Amino acid sequence: MKTLIKNGRVICPASGYDAVASVLIEDGRIAGVGQGMAVHGATEIDASGLVVAPGFIDIHVHLREPGFEHAETIETGTQAAAAGGFTTVCCMPNTKPVNDSAMVTSYIVETASRVSPVRVCPIGAITKGSEGEELASIGAMMEAGAVAISDDGRPVMNSRVMRRAMEVAQARGIVVIDHCEDLNLSAGGDMHECVDSVNLGLRPIPGASEDVMVARDIILAELTGARFHVAHISTKNAVAMVAFAKQRGLPVTSEVTPHHIALHTGHMKPYDSNFKMKPPLRCATDIDAILHGITSGAVDCIATDHAPHAGDDKMQEFEKCPFGILGLETALGVSLEVLVHSQRINLTKLIAMLTCEPARVIGWQGDQARGALKTGYLGDVTIFHPEYPWTFDVAKSQSKSRNSPFSGRTFRGGPIITIVGGAEVWRAPGF
Amino acid sequence: MSKGLLGIEPLERAEIEQMLERAREFQFHGSGPLPKLTVCSGRLVVNMFFENSTRTRSSFEIAAKRLGADTLSITAAGSSVSKGESLVDTLNTLVAMHPSAIVMRHAASGAPHFLSRHLMTPIINAGDGTHEHPTQALLDARTILDRLGKLEGLRVAIIGDIAHSRVARSNVHLLSKFGADIVLCGPPPLLPPQMAAIANGVTLEYDICKAVKDADVVMMLRVQLERIHEPAIPAGEYFRFYGLRVEHLDLAKPHAIVMHPGPINRGREISSDVADAQCSMILNQVENGVAVRMAVLEKVLLQ
Repeated sequence: MKTLIKNGRVICPASGYDAVASVLIEDGRIAGVGQGMAVHGATEIDASGLVVAPGFIDIHVHLREPGFEHAETIETGTQAAAAGGFTTVCCMPNTKPVNDSAMVTSYIVETASRVSPVRVCPIGAITKGSEGEELASIGAMMEAGAVAISDDGRPVMNSRVMRRAMEVAQARGIVVIDHCEDLNLSAGGDMHECVDSVNLGLRPIPGASEDVMVARDIILAELTGARFHVAHISTKNAVAMVAFAKQRGLPVTSEVTPHHIALHTGHMKPYDSNFKMKPPLRCATDIDAILHGITSGAVDCIATDHAPHAGDDKMQEFEKCPFGILGLETALGVSLEVLVHSQRINLTKLIAMLTCEPARVIGWQGDQARGALKTGYLGDVTIFHPEYPWTFDVAKSQSKSRNSPFSGRTFRGGPIITIVGGAEVWRAPGF
Repeated sequence: MSKGLLGIEPLERAEIEQMLERAREFQFHGSGPLPKLTVCSGRLVVNMFFENSTRTRSSFEIAAKRLGADTLSITAAGSSVSKGESLVDTLNTLVAMHPSAIVMRHAASGAPHFLSRHLMTPIINAGDGTHEHPTQALLDARTILDRLGKLEGLRVAIIGDIAHSRVARSNVHLLSKFGADIVLCGPPPLLPPQMAAIANGVTLEYDICKAVKDADVVMMLRVQLERIHEPAIPAGEYFRFYGLRVEHLDLAKPHAIVMHPGPINRGREISSDVADAQCSMILNQVENGVAVRMAVLEKVLLQ
């Protein structure tokens, strides 16, 4: 099977390619990029006026299956991924049961192979039940398909346990992703500690709760030599510490979510749970530091932390509502707005943050290599329009849940066609 | 969304003045039976109290009755909330009975704000978590005006558990709109530094003597043990460092008044002799509660 994507502006940051050209995908893998390619018997896709990029990779999503199928399933979550231009998603282990064993990892991989239009790579738990005490079966999960380990949402508080996890991760060459939060400092908190939290009478989640754990994990990464990745970085101190770690040559990386660069506490509608997530929306000064971190390289990639929650769960008193918002379908629109249209970074850099950079964090190699339009890489391509105006209506989301602060927002530019292994899996209505 | 009363912060000074003036007209100075009005007859006010309350709930009930309205009071313990019903479903059930207003107290900050986005019936906030308690601030302002004649330029010390106090927040917003100097005082964990920035004219003080110095009004707050998740200050030390005693009153202005939203804990935040002193306005506050709530209910019910 051959697919030829013609006439688009092909941008592949990893290979430094940027030209109007064609991309050929053959038997599920990238077979060539170039101008004036004529291929017999290929399915042709006309990408005139569009940008042709490597398939987007989101290394931080919650698909909620098994266990929370009322909020999202592997099928609906990956449909939302396809609609957002993502061809690979890495799903966090906080399911029920927790993905702390090869059995759960296999269940996710097998279910995804049946129902998912995009590639699903599970992230295994660090500890059994994500309870922070006993290490999970990391090797067995890796053999079943886990690509990283994390106790996202229930971070490992015991530093000794984290040290052991990093030792295992280092030996096995797998990255440790930590949701950095000192649960004692943030206990009971509902929003970022600031004048607004005090005025609204909401219990605080201080920026320090993130800073303290980023510091600890960097120190443990140095001690163990493990690759350590900071999930959803949100504070200026965390950015500074990651920059410092990189400067010292440590294998430390970080991701930021679109909402943490687009929104701060001043944008919150008071007591609207569509603005409630962890880490919480921080201050304008934190956003400035993160944006600087993006241009300076302290922040490596964009990840959505797509966190669906059923309507009933979000229709409660603010303090009772669970943390998290949808992210997959709005990621490109928000990122273009905040980063590219504002002239902070160019399109190539944004694409890198959605493709080769997250691929580097995970470290896919050999027949799993992805994130670039290089010959032999997985034949995943995201075609998007960098300018066309569209309005996000959460009621029409592919996700099973409706918790987004961006509903009704008009974006400039969004995904048009998503291609996985040479097959078109999603196309924007009207194109 | 109809207009109820969710908080002091979003109000204009003129709206507050109007309500305070109307409350003055509702004050009862005579003896004998209370006059009963008919201005709100035919209207139903539902008091929905998800948290315990004696004075606020009875005060709202009396206020509604004096206006001629019908009232229904529900407490969480006897309601379907205790059977696991969600807040929205409980309120929707009440709305189906066509009340003209819902008076609501809830332990979660923002609960009435959240509901007001989903209900057409106006909601009057009778205290939400650690956020606001607007009618308390109005009755406190009415009490200060009765005694001192103005709010502008007064030095008002609010002392106690500021962090967990909705009374403090509503009072800060109200007094700030009228140009008072507000001094907040309490032990560090109960006095978040960010409080100084929630409104103009607020300063913080950790020493009760400095806070009370030259004050026109000293407002004491209870330590809200039920909302404190970690010990803030050793129990035995609280009265020693933050309890209001007679000797403190010598530091305040000669005409200074002492207020407390209640319930008071004698010997914890206020000594018995101060609570019962001439300058104590505690019972005047309770009395003004009815007048102020009549003004609020009338405004909301007749809009």
